[in-house]
Amino acid sequence: MLYINCPHCGLRSQNEFAYGGDATVKRPELNKEISDQEWDNFVYLRKSPRGKHLELWHHISGCRQWIKVERDTSTHEIFKTYKANEAIE
Amino acid sequence: MSQDFRLDNVGMVNREKKISFKFNGKKYFGFEGDTIASALIANGVHLVGRSFKYHRPRGFFGVGVDEPYAILQLDRNNERDPNIRATEQEIFEGLEVKSVNCWPSVNFDIGAINNFLKMFFPAGFYYKTFMWPPSFWYKIYEPFIRMAAGFGEASIKHDKERYEHKYEYCDLLITGSGPSGLASAYAAAKNGARVILAEDKPRFGGSLLTSDVNIGNQTGVEWAQKIIAELKSMPNVTVKNRSQVFGYYDHNMLVMSERISDHLPKTQKYLPKQRLWYIRANEVLISSGSIERPLVFGNNDTPGVMLSSAAKEYMKVYGVLVGKKPLIFTNNDSGYETAIEFKKNGVNPIILDTRSDPSSDIITEAKNLSIEIKFSYVVVAAKGYKKVKSADIAKISDDKKELFNIENIKCDCICVSGFWTPSIHLASQSGNKSKFNEKIDAFVPDKSKQQESTIGSANGIFTLEETIKDAFDKGFDVSNKITEKNNKISVPTVVEKKSTVHDKFWCVPLPKGKSYKRFLDFQNDVAVSDIELALREGFRSIEHVKRYTTLGMATDQGKTSNLNGLQLVSDIENKVVPQVGHTTFRPPYTPVSIGAIVGREVGKHSKPTRKSPMHSWHEKNNAVFVDAGVWLRPRYYKQGNEGIFEASKREAKNVRQNVGVCDVTTLGKIDVKGPDAAEFLNRVYTNAWLKLPVGKARYGVMLREDGIVMDDGTTTRISENHYHMTTTTAQAANVLSHLEYYLQLVWPELNVNVVSTTEQWAGAAIAGPNSRKLLMKLFPNLDVSNEGLPFMGYKEADLFGVPAKIYRISFSGELAYEINVESDNGYFMWEKIMEVGKEFQIQPYGTEALSTLRIEMGHVAGSELDGRTIPYDASLEGLVSKKKDFIGKRSLNRSAFTSTDREKLVGVVPIDKTTSIPEGSYIVKDPKAKFPNPKLGHVSASCWSVEYDNPFSLAIIKDGKNMIGQKLFAMSPLKNKTIPVEIVSSHYVDPEGKRVRS
Repeated sequence: MLYINCPHCGLRSQNEFAYGGDATVKRPELNKEISDQEWDNFVYLRKSPRGKHLELWHHISGCRQWIKVERDTSTHEIFKTYKANEAIE
Repeated sequence: MSQDFRLDNVGMVNREKKISFKFNGKKYFGFEGDTIASALIANGVHLVGRSFKYHRPRGFFGVGVDEPYAILQLDRNNERDPNIRATEQEIFEGLEVKSVNCWPSVNFDIGAINNFLKMFFPAGFYYKTFMWPPSFWYKIYEPFIRMAAGFGEASIKHDKERYEHKYEYCDLLITGSGPSGLASAYAAAKNGARVILAEDKPRFGGSLLTSDVNIGNQTGVEWAQKIIAELKSMPNVTVKNRSQVFGYYDHNMLVMSERISDHLPKTQKYLPKQRLWYIRANEVLISSGSIERPLVFGNNDTPGVMLSSAAKEYMKVYGVLVGKKPLIFTNNDSGYETAIEFKKNGVNPIILDTRSDPSSDIITEAKNLSIEIKFSYVVVAAKGYKKVKSADIAKISDDKKELFNIENIKCDCICVSGFWTPSIHLASQSGNKSKFNEKIDAFVPDKSKQQESTIGSANGIFTLEETIKDAFDKGFDVSNKITEKNNKISVPTVVEKKSTVHDKFWCVPLPKGKSYKRFLDFQNDVAVSDIELALREGFRSIEHVKRYTTLGMATDQGKTSNLNGLQLVSDIENKVVPQVGHTTFRPPYTPVSIGAIVGREVGKHSKPTRKSPMHSWHEKNNAVFVDAGVWLRPRYYKQGNEGIFEASKREAKNVRQNVGVCDVTTLGKIDVKGPDAAEFLNRVYTNAWLKLPVGKARYGVMLREDGIVMDDGTTTRISENHYHMTTTTAQAANVLSHLEYYLQLVWPELNVNVVSTTEQWAGAAIAGPNSRKLLMKLFPNLDVSNEGLPFMGYKEADLFGVPAKIYRISFSGELAYEINVESDNGYFMWEKIMEVGKEFQIQPYGTEALSTLRIEMGHVAGSELDGRTIPYDASLEGLVSKKKDFIGKRSLNRSAFTSTDREKLVGVVPIDKTTSIPEGSYIVKDPKAKFPNPKLGHVSASCWSVEYDNPFSLAIIKDGKNMIGQKLFAMSPLKNKTIPVEIVSSHYVDPEGKRVRS
């Protein structure tokens, strides 16, 4: 079970969190004309990297904040966690 | 039976307390502190089971978790526990155990015929034997394999025992209380660290219990007892026996199973049977010790052949002799310790040492005790079927390939020692890649991946002096890192006998003309010949060899077999062991009860149960409840002999004719607040929200980004910047996460806050033509006329002294209102509604009537919004704004979504107006068409229309509204029904929606 450092609450066990997918995906702006391909990439296409991955976790049984977690997908090592809109190093 | 093999005044069992127990129906006696194994051996019983494949007789091989043979089934207070290791289970008064994998009895086992048919059961025989003809599989092969498979039988009864889970945090977890565990725990605890010390056995001390050593001028046992007593008295230390750390997971999470009541006749009132500990440790010191390795020779699975360390422990701890004419077969000095112990207890052993001329303190001691020692000697084969009676022994050449002077000598047990295998399972589970240590012919942990380190013999250190010093240092270093204290304990002096190097020899060659089975894996009956065959058939990877032959795949996970297996593969392949590598260690290290894993999450406790504040009223009024997610909701209120059909029909009819009241507390409620709340709702919902005035509600549909409907509900503007959103019961949590996602990550610039208020409000929906009259009486000072409180209007008012919110919204399609009060006032509100509503013929209605009402109105719910529907499919196109953008809008342009071929919402009525259509039925044109019959759509929800008194269903079918008027068929292969139907509008009752606005 992972031990995730919530930037708001501190170290908490994984069972307090829900996984939220790739954190690097950016939603296209509202009312902006975009191609089918761009929209398709946003809705469906995700990379599944082996190694470092910036991902979203939702602290649902804690502070209810969405956070970003930089995690190694093969070793599960967590390098750093960020608040939702913190700049990523 | 008397305990003929019990020694006087030796061992640690409590001679004061005699305990009786039953094995295979026969009564035996032992002492408190005995295991089933030690007590049976004391009674001279060695035959306890049959092997998995060949049904060969099985005795005892070890003395602890490594036991591959003595698997029994335990019956305790009408509960059954299969897969009990006799070497671990302590006896208690009234214990009943029996052998498994034998029929009709362990003494006479029909399955033993397999032993004589063994040429038909080579490695991988499953893959070869049961292939043809294919039709045999279901009726003959599979039932046959199922009958033969497994050890013991699980009980089909509910396990009434209690199991608990516990979460714990510590600075340092130490797994094993042998010398290294005790020393490191002591050093770390004295330096202020919070320590958990876990010991699998009932007694602390590990190898100190059986070795002849001195630490700090005390015997090993005395030192262990002193340290344990001191550790137990320290507030920063938790010491646990009968506790196996069986799994090492991510981020230093370890799981331990504590057997609290397994050794007691009955679980104590306030204690669980077992407790599973989830331990998050800053640091872990693995001190799980090592397991003695068997030597491989002919018929080495005969009862009476056992590990020499086990024989020693049976003597020293339990005061039990495993035999009175022992043969010790060893390639190292450990066997001598056992021999000396036998000699001290008046039994004359014979030592066969594979080495030609070793010398060490302990060998000298054995010689001085005039123990007979034969150097360069091996056991060729054990003789005897149900128990060792003699052994063929021989002198072996220096190159270990030739046998000379084969002779038969009498013996009643053969104690084998093939040196030691460190228990590296926990280190390996943590991600530590092991390395091969040539000196000890075994794998030891390499670089740490997590915060762990391995000490003592688990790390391949076999001298006590080095172990104690290393453990004291590690305990101090680890605690110093955490506590930053410098309280260092001086290392005690250690006196031990020095031993010399072991012999790498491990497998006795077959004499000419003999074909003895030489077993590697004792539990799964994998012999040397099976591995040889697998390699001949082309298997190379050790992982493949393992799976093909099942080597190391039994419940003991190959604790005694793995290394010899690797050794054999590398010998045949002309490789060295590290080139072959080892198979992966996976948790659990020892079998864990399913009950312990489940813990208390059984039955009603497997999920929380949520009840509305009016729950007790429903109970008192004969409500029959239904699970709605985690909520309990009244399904219908039973009157007299009514069934669900009559009751729900009566309740629904009463809504259409008079007035009904329904508990709608379970609906999800979310407060949306902030200056940008309107803009936010406008982006979340498909319809327009910017112009909704204060005091008005609006129905909305929200989509996922892929265009699929996520949820629907009404949202009311309470004040300028405050909205009250409702969601369906099922989606409440998901919708809140969804809103938080967009506010926190996508549009952080919007100044909006959301919070769940589901539990803050109790809700009652009053619906029916009489509902306004009822409302007038409930709120006499409020203008509730159609002008004063119009459809989709909102008012706050006082309900007999209680503040209430009134929403004029309707799910039933009738004139209806929803009243919310603070949860604490919910019961009061409900009683008032019932009391005042009496004169208007009010009746409560449950979810079944609620469904009927919404279905005949064509209102969609979860069965239509099933994760495949877009708004156009559910006749919700009027709610999709063409002007503004919203979540998921871009997806609605997808060609699949704009296709005319999509399945859309319609109504379905059986032509005979009497046959109900099963939910899930397919709508087809021709019921007799050939398989697969092209499907037009499916029936999503069915009810008995109380308006027209005939069955009515909603369906989602291709070409939707254009099919209205067509005569088709509803087919339910499950119910074996084909029903002629007519497609009608989904708005079956009041299609213009006059009632809600009346």
